[in-house]
Amino acid sequence: MSYTVIYDGTKDTVDMRDHFLNTLVDVMDKDPRVVVGDADMNITLCNINRLWELRRQYGDRFFDTGIQEANLVGMAAGLSVAGKIPFIHAFSQFLSRRAYDQVYLSLSYAKLNARLFGSDPGYIAGYNGGTHTSLEDVGILRCIPGMTIIDVTDSTMLEWIIRDTLDYHGIIYTRFPRKVKMFKVYGADSQFQLGKANVLREGKDATIFSSGVMVAKAMAAAEILAQEGLDVGVVDVFTIKPLDEECVLRCARETHAIVSCENHRCINGQASAIADTLAHSGIPVAYECVGVGDRFGEVGSIDYLEKAYNLTLERICEQTRKAIGQKKSL
Amino acid sequence: MTQFNVDKSKKLALQIRLETLKELANLGFGHVGGSMSVCETLAVLYGGAMRYDPAHPDWEDRDYLVVSKGHAGPAVYAALALSGFFSLDLLKTLNAAGTHLPSHCDRTLTTGVDMTTGSLGQGLSAALGMALAQRIDNRDSYTFAIVGDGEFQEGQNWEAVMTAGQMKLGNLIMFFDYNKVQMNGRVADINDQANIEQRMRSFGWHVQLVNGHDVEQIGQAVERAKREPRLPSCIVLDTIKGYGCEYALSQPICHSLPMPLEKVQADIDRLEAEIRAMERGGKA
Repeated sequence: MSYTVIYDGTKDTVDMRDHFLNTLVDVMDKDPRVVVGDADMNITLCNINRLWELRRQYGDRFFDTGIQEANLVGMAAGLSVAGKIPFIHAFSQFLSRRAYDQVYLSLSYAKLNARLFGSDPGYIAGYNGGTHTSLEDVGILRCIPGMTIIDVTDSTMLEWIIRDTLDYHGIIYTRFPRKVKMFKVYGADSQFQLGKANVLREGKDATIFSSGVMVAKAMAAAEILAQEGLDVGVVDVFTIKPLDEECVLRCARETHAIVSCENHRCINGQASAIADTLAHSGIPVAYECVGVGDRFGEVGSIDYLEKAYNLTLERICEQTRKAIGQKKSL
Repeated sequence: MTQFNVDKSKKLALQIRLETLKELANLGFGHVGGSMSVCETLAVLYGGAMRYDPAHPDWEDRDYLVVSKGHAGPAVYAALALSGFFSLDLLKTLNAAGTHLPSHCDRTLTTGVDMTTGSLGQGLSAALGMALAQRIDNRDSYTFAIVGDGEFQEGQNWEAVMTAGQMKLGNLIMFFDYNKVQMNGRVADINDQANIEQRMRSFGWHVQLVNGHDVEQIGQAVERAKREPRLPSCIVLDTIKGYGCEYALSQPICHSLPMPLEKVQADIDRLEAEIRAMERGGKA
């Protein structure tokens, strides 16, 4: 595993959907085991001509069930039995909430192999609104034994997941935004390891554990806090399950102040996973979270929802200062 | 093309029924009704209609079988043991601690089981995936699925039925075990499946209705289904839940029953006598 951190506040020039599709087509060309299944989500993500061109080119390897998440996941299970590596794409909320028992039983309990891509998680649902908001997908799927859950940090990581996990046998659920140009965090040739968190920035006063779209915000927050004289580290805990417990414990021992930061409800998500690890460790540590409370989603622009859900840069700074302040009473 | 053998299948059906009853009697309870209703179908499949090799259970060019009504596991295990996948002795371990034979089918535990089932309504989708993979690879093999009539109340089945019709998965052959009884009573009184043939045809399937306890009719229906390469096939099995087990048939509902040996012994003795008579007759 080797990665380079290139974060400087620069955004990608290309939407995540383009990275997603181009890489997918690339692996389909290279590996005949790869098949792609869609549930009327226009996997080409708004380019209808490209969609039908790919369906003509790949035939049954590029199939569409129509609006049937449960059947799509079940078919993925059968394709896996027959030696294929199914890549399945649906909205994150329907892949997790609607098709939960299919993911649980037909795929996971049956110890099969599939890549599940859930798009537009958390506040990225934007104008699709509360019905389409998944603030619980990580929490739901985290209950399934052996599940791998990833919240994607940038396009380099998304491409790595598609291209470089083909020899992994199991279920990998990846949540990612479609129509977003994410901040660039990793250098082009970066390699990652499932279950191994990436330390992006060392710090002595506190460590922010962040994932997905929140990683770049955590990096920006660390910069702001540095100007206040606080030395704050940032860890990209992109594999929320399995959690890199060793990294969590090491940081807890070093800084005694941990902040979890996620685009998800705190209940049963990354915050709960880290809290479980810390609670059993016996390490005196101040712990704060940035995440969504016990509420449903709502409709609005991404900018509005980021504030409504309290997932802002300012909130990360505030919770980090709070955690550092609490260290005095440990 | 694989051919089933009528006499072999008739005897195998009796043997599957016998070994299933012995499994359940040894355990003391179990899903007897839905196991009894599929014995003839399993006998036709393992009697030659399905391509498999017990020495190479993962053979890539085998036919696949998904028993979506996973509670028929005891009958599947009997069929697998009698077909050489594992020893008959293993059947005594049904549901025992650490067993390879759980109440519902589990691909990770039992040699020869292609798909894990038990959460009703999910197996047919998996069968679609297998059939699609076979078509992608240009394999000349088939995917078989056995579904229950009560199970077909689950909506996911209808997603799969719709998609198989749309995809024209001609290598998919589904048996619909129309035994007409579910846990809470008669299927007709709960959520009826009486017009299943019409429903399946309307989704673009090739449909046949057969006596599900007549191996010859079932075998011929499979041959006809294989000659219909452009459409997925549904073979509706007109069956009796608990068929061949007088004890089960004497109960008002026989989906799952206590199975004390003293209640089942007469059925076991009768089946053993029928098998001996068949062997003496030189028909198998």
